[in-house]
Amino acid sequence: MSTITGAAPAAETAVRRRGIRVRISRDGLATLLFLVPLLVVFGLFAWFPILRAFVMSVQETNLVSEPTFVGLDNFARVLADPQFGIAVRNTAWFAFLALVFGYPIPIILAVLMSEVRRGRGVFSALAYLPVVIPPVVAVLLWRFFYQASPTGVFNTILGWFGLGPFPWLQDSTFAMPAIVLEATWAAAGGTVIIYLAALLGVRPDLYDAAEVDGASIWQKIRYVTLPQIRTVLFVTLILQLIATAQVFTEPLLFTAGGPANSTLTVLLLIYRYAFQNSLGGDYGSAAALSLMLAAFLSIFTVAYFWLTRRWGSDS
Amino acid sequence: MRSRTRRLPWVVAALAVITATIVAACGGTTTSNAPSAAAPSAAAPSAAAASAPAAQHEPVTISVGALRPGVTQDAADALFQQIEEFEAKYPWIKVEPEEYNWTAPTFTAALAAGTLPDVFTIPFTDGKGLIAQHQIVNIDARVRALGYADKFNATVLANGQDQGGAIYAVPTAAYGMSLTYNRSLFTQAGLDPNSPPTTWDQVRTAAKTIAQKTGVAGFSTMATENTGGWQLTTQTYALGGRMEQVGADGKITATLDNPATKSVLQRLKAMRWDDKSMGSTFDYAWGTMNQAFAAGQVGMFTGGSDLYTWMIQNAALKPDDYGITVIPLDGSDSGVLGGGTLAAVNVVTTEAERDAAVDWIDFYYIQKLISQDGAVADAKALTANKQPVGVPALPIFDKATYDESQTWIKDYINVPTAQMTPFTSKIFDQPLVNEPAAHTQELYAALDPVVQAVLTDQKADIDALLTAANKQVQALIDKP
Repeated sequence: MSTITGAAPAAETAVRRRGIRVRISRDGLATLLFLVPLLVVFGLFAWFPILRAFVMSVQETNLVSEPTFVGLDNFARVLADPQFGIAVRNTAWFAFLALVFGYPIPIILAVLMSEVRRGRGVFSALAYLPVVIPPVVAVLLWRFFYQASPTGVFNTILGWFGLGPFPWLQDSTFAMPAIVLEATWAAAGGTVIIYLAALLGVRPDLYDAAEVDGASIWQKIRYVTLPQIRTVLFVTLILQLIATAQVFTEPLLFTAGGPANSTLTVLLLIYRYAFQNSLGGDYGSAAALSLMLAAFLSIFTVAYFWLTRRWGSDS
Repeated sequence: MRSRTRRLPWVVAALAVITATIVAACGGTTTSNAPSAAAPSAAAPSAAAASAPAAQHEPVTISVGALRPGVTQDAADALFQQIEEFEAKYPWIKVEPEEYNWTAPTFTAALAAGTLPDVFTIPFTDGKGLIAQHQIVNIDARVRALGYADKFNATVLANGQDQGGAIYAVPTAAYGMSLTYNRSLFTQAGLDPNSPPTTWDQVRTAAKTIAQKTGVAGFSTMATENTGGWQLTTQTYALGGRMEQVGADGKITATLDNPATKSVLQRLKAMRWDDKSMGSTFDYAWGTMNQAFAAGQVGMFTGGSDLYTWMIQNAALKPDDYGITVIPLDGSDSGVLGGGTLAAVNVVTTEAERDAAVDWIDFYYIQKLISQDGAVADAKALTANKQPVGVPALPIFDKATYDESQTWIKDYINVPTAQMTPFTSKIFDQPLVNEPAAHTQELYAALDPVVQAVLTDQKADIDALLTAANKQVQALIDKP
């Protein structure tokens, strides 16, 4: 690197030009070689499908016959479909239930676990165990447990306490909460581990200061713990909202959108457009709805970060 | 300040990848053209190939979707034995069995991906649709060369023919809907298993008795994966209703809200909420209903007449439990919904593979129906592996041929035929009605939520649900 400050511009440019050539042949080429496999894989499995989705959303295509260009007809058809309104409502309902029920539980569990002196590893492993079980296996297990007859597993257990029997997945009002219950059980472990790590990073002298001020355990949680981990909380909140907006496996395997479309979600509707017709699905509408969902989630995320930008930063 | 030199490799790489993906995205749609272009040329060389002597045959391998996922080892062995017999008869052909089961979502995905086996089966409802899309091969000349093409029952064969009568798919099995009932549960409830219900009122009473005496569902009906609409259509036909009307000008009108369907749903509602005779599970599909029945959790349900084989092979059915009778018919125009299976050849095949495919279809599906040697060989292979022989079926040729084929195998029949006489003695007197012609599977899919709503929501408004479903299906029919 030149240390001459007042060198003539022409000479410097000449050195720079030679420098460019040298850099490409040493650093640039190596960088390129390491980058190409990554770009190829991403290109093939992420960007190519996205571009293809854009193309399909303006086509009438069933991937079997010749596709035809139809402009924005797919979008219009999706918006006019009664199932669309139902799917959006159900997805919002699922997201709301998951927020109210599924968001606080990992926090509570993590706070409890952070108080444990010994054996925290065992509790962490137990909390994480449901995450390790493959989703399909977990859902099919729970589906068996949710059998609505009085001899179903959950109904039997609740029967010992004089409760039930409940219809679980066989009733339109019960089905969605039942699915949220399983979804929370399956996903809580991952967020518990994250919160635990965040909690253990809170400075202990803050707790000492609170103790000195005479704070109770609830006040410590409210005034020390939660504010200190708020960045993690905001990030997991938006991640959960995005994930619940795309819920698919659980409604598909538990109820296939039933009973009577009460658990039909947006992703499940996309799946129906694409795969329900045995003579070739309507991939154009499926792609259109996928793009609409992606656009909505992007705008939502941007709005979310803009709104919380001041809350998240350290004051 | 970032030096331009460091950015240059990134820019080049990114541009290259983006260009490649754009080119691939626009070019990707043309691959579906290739198979359909090959289809029309099927007719000419086949006649020559069929008559060529064995020595001139090139070795060829075909994949056949004849292995049902989840069957017992015995059932698989029966298939392998028959494949060996086929390969002995046609030494230049190698057959590779593939696991295959037709369901709407998996079939459409395999169709789009081009991963269907060379020979696969589809229901009657999809034959004409696939023909229109050029997704199955025109095997007309090959099938007619076999000599029995004009002996098929015309209505049955029509499901696999195009407008001009060319054969694209061969009917391999036909079934009629039946009322399947659990004989053991009947006995437990104090009912006579040899006198099953013959009217819908009797069905309702029997269901209530079974529910009260044994605690299981007296009557159940399927409700998911398009089977809800399928069974609702079956029960509608039994009361004389129809889901679609075809006008003189060929225009199709959806009539999902016909009085017979409303009557069926009213009865289901009463049985579910007043009699409480339908148990507590209402999301049965075809497979899960069979499993629940075989497990003794269902007293009666409407289903195909061909379920015995599946229940033995996949659900450990106790043969003594199986009872079957005809669906009670009530009113003029009432009939039995008839369906069946077609065997078709994938378009992604060579001419030699197509010849081999038709040979396989002939050997595996048809010979047991029309030739004594074929029937006996098939029966022997099945009994050797403890598989059912003699399950009731509907004729795909004519009744005389069917009766004759039954006499050929009478020494091998191992199913409890006495338990099936309430069905076999009366089914041939009942009028068979074809499934709705237009958008059949989508019509069934539109009715699934209606059935589910009636069974899970006491306040379900039947008229409103049917009107909405009707509108949905009419829109599909009217779509250009």
